[in-house]
Amino acid sequence: MSSFLSLRGIGKSFGTTRVLDGIDLDIEPGEFVCLLGPSGCGKTTLLRIVCGIEQADAGQLLLDGQDIGRLPPAARGFGVVFQSYALFPNLTAAQNIAYGLQPSGALAREIARRSREMLDLVGLAAHADKYPVQLSGGQQQRVALARALAPNPRLLLLDEPLSALDAQVRAGLRGEIRALQQRLGIVTVMVTHDQEEALSMADRVVLMHDGRIEQAGTPGELYRRPRTRFAASFVGRMNLLDATVLAGDRVRVRDSELRCTPSALGTGARATVGIRPEHVVIRRFGEDAGVNSFAARLLGTEFLGNRTAARLACDPLGIEIEAELPAGDPRGEPLVPSSMVHIELPQHALSVLA
Amino acid sequence: MPTIAAAELRLPARRGAFDRERWLTGVGLLLAVALLMLTVALPVGALVGQSLFDRSGAFVGLANFARYLESPALLQSAFNSLWLAALSAVLCTAIAYVYAHALTLSCMPGKGVLRAVALVPLFAPSLLPAISLVYLFGNQGLFKDWLGDTSIYGPLGIVLGSVFWTLPHALLILTTAMATSDGRLYEAAQTLGASRWRIWRTVTLPASRYGLIVAAMVVFVLVITDFGVPKVVGGQTGVLATDIYKQVVGQQNFQMGAVVGFVLLVPAVLSFLVERRVRRRQAAALSARATPYAPAPAPVRDRALLAFCAVAALAIMVMIGMAVFASFASYWPYTLTPSLRNYDFGNMDGGGWGSYLNSLRMALCVAAIGAVAAFLSAYLVEKPRHFGPLRELLNLLANLPLAVPGLVLGVGYIFFFNAPGNPLQGLYGGMAILVICTVAHFFSVAHLSSLAALRQLDREYELVSESMGVPFWRTLWRIHLPVALPTVLQVAGYFFVNAMTTVSAVVFLYSPQTTLAAVAVLNMDDAGDVAPAAAMASLIMLTAAIGRGLFALGGRWALARTQQWRNR
Repeated sequence: MSSFLSLRGIGKSFGTTRVLDGIDLDIEPGEFVCLLGPSGCGKTTLLRIVCGIEQADAGQLLLDGQDIGRLPPAARGFGVVFQSYALFPNLTAAQNIAYGLQPSGALAREIARRSREMLDLVGLAAHADKYPVQLSGGQQQRVALARALAPNPRLLLLDEPLSALDAQVRAGLRGEIRALQQRLGIVTVMVTHDQEEALSMADRVVLMHDGRIEQAGTPGELYRRPRTRFAASFVGRMNLLDATVLAGDRVRVRDSELRCTPSALGTGARATVGIRPEHVVIRRFGEDAGVNSFAARLLGTEFLGNRTAARLACDPLGIEIEAELPAGDPRGEPLVPSSMVHIELPQHALSVLA
Repeated sequence: MPTIAAAELRLPARRGAFDRERWLTGVGLLLAVALLMLTVALPVGALVGQSLFDRSGAFVGLANFARYLESPALLQSAFNSLWLAALSAVLCTAIAYVYAHALTLSCMPGKGVLRAVALVPLFAPSLLPAISLVYLFGNQGLFKDWLGDTSIYGPLGIVLGSVFWTLPHALLILTTAMATSDGRLYEAAQTLGASRWRIWRTVTLPASRYGLIVAAMVVFVLVITDFGVPKVVGGQTGVLATDIYKQVVGQQNFQMGAVVGFVLLVPAVLSFLVERRVRRRQAAALSARATPYAPAPAPVRDRALLAFCAVAALAIMVMIGMAVFASFASYWPYTLTPSLRNYDFGNMDGGGWGSYLNSLRMALCVAAIGAVAAFLSAYLVEKPRHFGPLRELLNLLANLPLAVPGLVLGVGYIFFFNAPGNPLQGLYGGMAILVICTVAHFFSVAHLSSLAALRQLDREYELVSESMGVPFWRTLWRIHLPVALPTVLQVAGYFFVNAMTTVSAVVFLYSPQTTLAAVAVLNMDDAGDVAPAAAMASLIMLTAAIGRGLFALGGRWALARTQQWRNR
């Protein structure tokens, strides 16, 4: 067993509400894992169980093969950054960072050196003597990060660390936190409800839904190969069609037959097929490409800067389909509302969801 | 690139330390609960219990209550108490409402001065307005003719004196309620073309409704449990508060005293429950997004309000000034040349300057012990993550004194601490019991203020400390105490003022060695030394005001010294 941290069948209820239901997860050394999900999915509770603030009702929490499920937070030696940062208002940035260092009995000189080192690390050496109110939101965030990292924790836990910041600062800090994590090689678990954040930062995204793990994988896997309807609709946007499986790579939607990526579902099974908007191909009306090609009426378009979104009514499939085209695509047809076009749903992009 | 090799800083597993912390928190909670049980719950329980026994200690069930109901004088007192307190509550709340309205929702000039004047009665024992009333309208009073055949000694005096000393309490509640009114609602009403009267009826009144109820409740309880005013100007009009005193101190009939105390406990507890309910509803009604309301000038209204407030403020100054003036007169009302002979307490009843020094000592002890105790109890209620039920119990006990009248607490202390076989009997008759009783008596408000200050701190501070293995007491000392220091000092000031001015609980507990200034006022007045009583009351007021001022200065010093972080 080489995993750094293993969660085995973690369960937790508050009263009669089942918040976590049999969570199994292995986290490898050096990994950055994101727990992603809508509010109420149990991701924060899971983080609090790993941290030791909450205790699981069932299951095991193994760190290097040792059960730490009953250990109090302090004994786990994990660093935590909370949503509100919880910086002590009456201590300076440097004092905040040094706060967790005292109990280990290190020398004052050693503590000051370490505090300075951490300030350098997060690029705030010039702000050592400022109080939290004198720092910007992003700077406060970095102090909180430095404070959590100062005692050299074995694991870094981040609870929605960027949600209190405005969009631009958030985007910048995403890269910074990721770079810092890779430089230190510290195992990190972050909780977020922002899929963009999860996809851009994590080595592995763990998508949670109703107290269970819906799907776990690299950001690419999760985006390209969603396994369930929920995964498909929560990560990115996807057109979803109710279908019946005809054979391994053929499904029927209404009266039309579609070819899709092969799935393991048996003939006759009900399934959902999905396609990302950017994979829908729009052609001039009459340019029927044959397989997976249907007539559709253009309902309207929306200019989104780097791309254009189009809404199409596709009667043979009985749904409205969303498509996205790169803006200024030279091959693109002028999109005239209410005109008829042909759309193609490429086979490789059409996945079958459970 | 910095090195992250500081392996020596890595935290060792500290399971033992954690268990010790949790254990310590539990012990602290148990200790706090035990202390409040000893100082509040058990004495009150002892009083209730005593009402069921006779003089010889035999259980008699409700026989004492039956005797109480058979005594027309005692029943009359209960009735007097109720209607006098109700009338005072209505009058005082009405005056305070207009005054608070003028201070918060008008553009009346001189708000600062008018507010300060209205708060002065906080520093005086309730005996002081009563003594002033004697000088103003008593048998040799300046304005005795104004009253015609009506005597100030009786219902009139009780109501006037009560309204005077409870006014600042009602005013504080109502200004707070009105200051939190939502400016957006006023703007919306104005843009919809509502008249001023309609705005008042649809916006101001609903927003301050809870404040009105709470203020009326608070004044009602203050008056019905007050002992100072009816003692001095009550004349032949008996009330519950003076009955307890007569039964316990005068007739040494402790059992009947307990029964009267129990009767007094009923309205106090009832209004305590109503008030809690109302306060909770009020908190729920407040919107977090409310914007403060900036009133626009309205000359007619502002002038009318100014006239009202000026008259009220003048009345307050006359009430205070009368006692102070009389205390400096050589021989009221015949020789008005200024002299200090009334301040020569050494030659009077009541314990002389010793009482004053005792009061000062007690008030300082109460301020120091009370502020620390209230801070710790609030911390134990608010911050630990474990021991939920125990923390709720502690919070309940800390709120209990609010429902217990001082007189009841004092008599309860006699029963509890003076009971044969109580190992704490040694405290009885000493300074310690006075300090303990006064801290307990005024504990709730202090506890609630500290709780409010601690609630403003992020709950995640504890989690951060815990995750870093920092023991809770270090965080308490380095974070919570410095951040809450202004509140702690304010609470100390509150304790100091109340300890200087209180009579109700301590009047049963002082001994010849531990006479107190406010009790001396009472005894001197009883002995007919009204001028020295006025002198001592004035001195108490001055001391309380100076003390409060010093604590406020301390608070500002603390802000400047330890809280630079508040300034950007």
